[in-house]
Amino acid sequence: MNLTLKIWRQKDAGSKGQMVDYKVTEISEHMSFLEMMDVLNEQLINSGEEPVAFDHDCREGICGMCSMFINGEAHGPDRGVTTCQLHMRMFKDGNTITIEPFRAKAFPVIKDLVVDRTSFERIQHAGGFISVNTSGNTQDANSIPISKEAADEAMDAATCIGCGACVATCKNSSAMLFVGAKVSQYALLPQGQVEASERVLNMVEQMDKEGFGNCTNTGACEIECPKGISLENIARMNREYLKASL
Amino acid sequence: MSILDSKTPKGPLADKWTKYKNEINLVNPANKRNIDIIVVGTGLAGGSAAATLAELGYNVKAYCYQDSPRRAHSIAAQGGINAAKNYQGDGDSTYRLFYDTVKGGDYRSRESNVYRLAEVSANIIDQCVAQGVPFARDYGGLLDNRSFGGVLVSRTFYAKGQTGQQLLLGAYSAMNRQIARGKIEMFNRHEMLDVVKVDGKARGIITRNLITGEIERHSAHAVVIASGGYGNVYFLSTNAMGSNATAAWKIHKKGAYFANPCYTQIHPTCIPRSGDYQSKLTLMSESLRNDGRIWVPKNMEDVMAIRDGKLKPTQVSEENRDYYLERRYPAFGNLVPRDVASRAAKERCDAGYGVNATGEAVYLDFASAIQRYGKEQVKLHNVANASEEKIIELGAAIVKEKYGNLFQMYEKIVDQDPYKTPMMIYPATHYTMGGVWVDYNLMTTVPGLYCIGEANFSDHGANRLGASALMQGLADGYFVLPYTIGDYLADDIRTGKIATNSSEFEAAEKLVKEKIDFFVNNRGSHSVDYYHKKLGKIMWEKCGMSRNTKGLTEAMAEIKMLREDFWKNVMVPGDAKEMNPELEKAGRVADFLELGELFAKDALDREESCGGHFREESIELDGVQKGEAKRKDDEYAYSAAWEYKGEPGDAVLHKEELEFKDIELKQRSYK
Repeated sequence: MNLTLKIWRQKDAGSKGQMVDYKVTEISEHMSFLEMMDVLNEQLINSGEEPVAFDHDCREGICGMCSMFINGEAHGPDRGVTTCQLHMRMFKDGNTITIEPFRAKAFPVIKDLVVDRTSFERIQHAGGFISVNTSGNTQDANSIPISKEAADEAMDAATCIGCGACVATCKNSSAMLFVGAKVSQYALLPQGQVEASERVLNMVEQMDKEGFGNCTNTGACEIECPKGISLENIARMNREYLKASL
Repeated sequence: MSILDSKTPKGPLADKWTKYKNEINLVNPANKRNIDIIVVGTGLAGGSAAATLAELGYNVKAYCYQDSPRRAHSIAAQGGINAAKNYQGDGDSTYRLFYDTVKGGDYRSRESNVYRLAEVSANIIDQCVAQGVPFARDYGGLLDNRSFGGVLVSRTFYAKGQTGQQLLLGAYSAMNRQIARGKIEMFNRHEMLDVVKVDGKARGIITRNLITGEIERHSAHAVVIASGGYGNVYFLSTNAMGSNATAAWKIHKKGAYFANPCYTQIHPTCIPRSGDYQSKLTLMSESLRNDGRIWVPKNMEDVMAIRDGKLKPTQVSEENRDYYLERRYPAFGNLVPRDVASRAAKERCDAGYGVNATGEAVYLDFASAIQRYGKEQVKLHNVANASEEKIIELGAAIVKEKYGNLFQMYEKIVDQDPYKTPMMIYPATHYTMGGVWVDYNLMTTVPGLYCIGEANFSDHGANRLGASALMQGLADGYFVLPYTIGDYLADDIRTGKIATNSSEFEAAEKLVKEKIDFFVNNRGSHSVDYYHKKLGKIMWEKCGMSRNTKGLTEAMAEIKMLREDFWKNVMVPGDAKEMNPELEKAGRVADFLELGELFAKDALDREESCGGHFREESIELDGVQKGEAKRKDDEYAYSAAWEYKGEPGDAVLHKEELEFKDIELKQRSYK
């Protein structure tokens, strides 16, 4: 298929950016979206132009490195996938595709489609851990029985890949799905109880400091989340926060 | 040629590690504060090492090329992690895990390292659970296990099909705690471009800030390389796009021997290639082979009809299917080790029985598992007169619970529903057992320079068993390196800060800058990918699943020619002083173009078939094992450690003879 691409180009964080049009031809429907971007970049390199910078790494939907706002949706039109798993069969010959970086105050653009998500890192530093040192003498793993239900629910929350689609999608640029997922994973497990209050208070404080907005329950984050992280995690975080604040 | 000293402690195998830990030098907690350690790479090995060293009190500087340590490619490991817990009471033990790993590695690993690995495996599970890793549990709340290829016990712990993700997030959380305490200084989006040696010891690294392009000097008392494997030398592999061998290769060029590069794992259950535009291959966990049955049609007419779209695989009757693994290996069936399964798939496809347009695909079929589970559920839930549809529905639900995310991934990529039609799979490069040579302390041949995880060569011999990579990465980082590095650093407590204004740092930085300037000014005619793809094709065709003298000799010459062309005609757009992904790739491919040649040289040297290294000249000629790989223990029971001498083709071989005192060398039989 032949496509027109409208892509955000921005030299660096300090420069002004703009949308630029490109054409790509003979794109196979079996290609992934990023393979289509590879074709464009090869074309640009061969014609002496600068290729489009975009983040990507594992290309199997788990590292959370790839981003892109495609036709107004984080990770594009398909559901339950990251951009690297999006396939060109979702598009039709002759389509025009708009490709922008994830947009949020807390995710400044570094170059073209690459954004800085280290705000997520700092939230994790504030409390995304259980304080246990490495030793060969921690108690036997089976001495902490955890119901299958709790373990499965914690696992569902822990599935978050930290890509930031929730923030990019949210009209308030809220990171509450991301933070809620991490808080929930630990809140659901006995190991996380000791530091539960401190954790939720610190993580939320850092989240606010980074300039993320608040949740107004539109639920867009859950729909666009490539890993199906549920809104319940936000509710659980709010509950934990309230409990810790009292 | 010299004989390498592995520094393995004396004494009985089972006591070596304990005795060693009791006798090594320790660094006083107050002195640890004055010692800096650099860790390059933040996957399971690097992440766990950085966190643990910081917990001990050292000042750690950690580096990754991604925007977060959590994105290292360990995150993509699916199936699970082995540990000799014997929770299932099925006869597992430290010895048995050790034995399986040595046997699975085709007797080409170092006995003492493997035993230690098996010994600390149980601690890993305890540690991860304490960190809040949500491993799968059964209804009683205890940890669940699954079985994996090449073994007869259930010792694999898992978190759905995302075990690597959960373990890495565990190590990452431990890192975060230390970053918050200021004990780890984290350098995201930084790439190590050289190691700096002062007075023969590793004392620092040169990095490039991938956002600004700035070249930086970083010093430390010891340097740990945990940068993963070199699978991307094949261009197409299951590795991440950014996975590279640069850190490992740079230290090789500075004196670290590189061992057994030809030991590469081609994983049997990957999604087949669909076209030339393909940028990477996707693996699906080997755990699928627990329930999936692998087959191709018996008759060529059926193969042709399937390729033409005239016949569906579900329409091929049982008697017209060739379940070739079950046929050839009745004892292990679909659960033979990875190298055996991969070669068997290649054998069938080379014979013309491949089931997709490229002729490079076999079926992995869940129909009988769905039936089996469905019938079990019918009994469990007392469903009277269950219809065929009901059985399939109930069975599919169980399969979904076990492998749901893998099935979803397959469906997204291939656009077919694996609950209804068999999956198509084909082998792909996945893991590299070879790597930087290290001694028992995980130190390379350069003092103060360590190498852990997939980047080193140590524990998997010529073939790695499933669910053992996660185990090794975390064993090295959590439980081995933090001890062994202390023994070395105990002599460094009076050294003080390492200055970065020495001539050694200056010289290393100058060379790095010159190379970068060359790339951005060359303005040649071909992109970096052009060369990477050409290299990948040579590697896959001549150094792939099956190798011979002619092909390997040609590969060496062709790679050398390609490398010369690369240095003349490569085109790198953009500038050095900015984010420039093409420039990053250029440096990595330049190193792959050297590593590939050493790979072929090593494969040529090893005129035996062992593990993932299959030499067509070395096969069993008769008996039940006819056509199977023939290992030659008399001549090749050694690790080949190569010393860099200016050109990869001129590398000098050093042998580490492998001694097996606690295990009898046998032909691996999975018949």
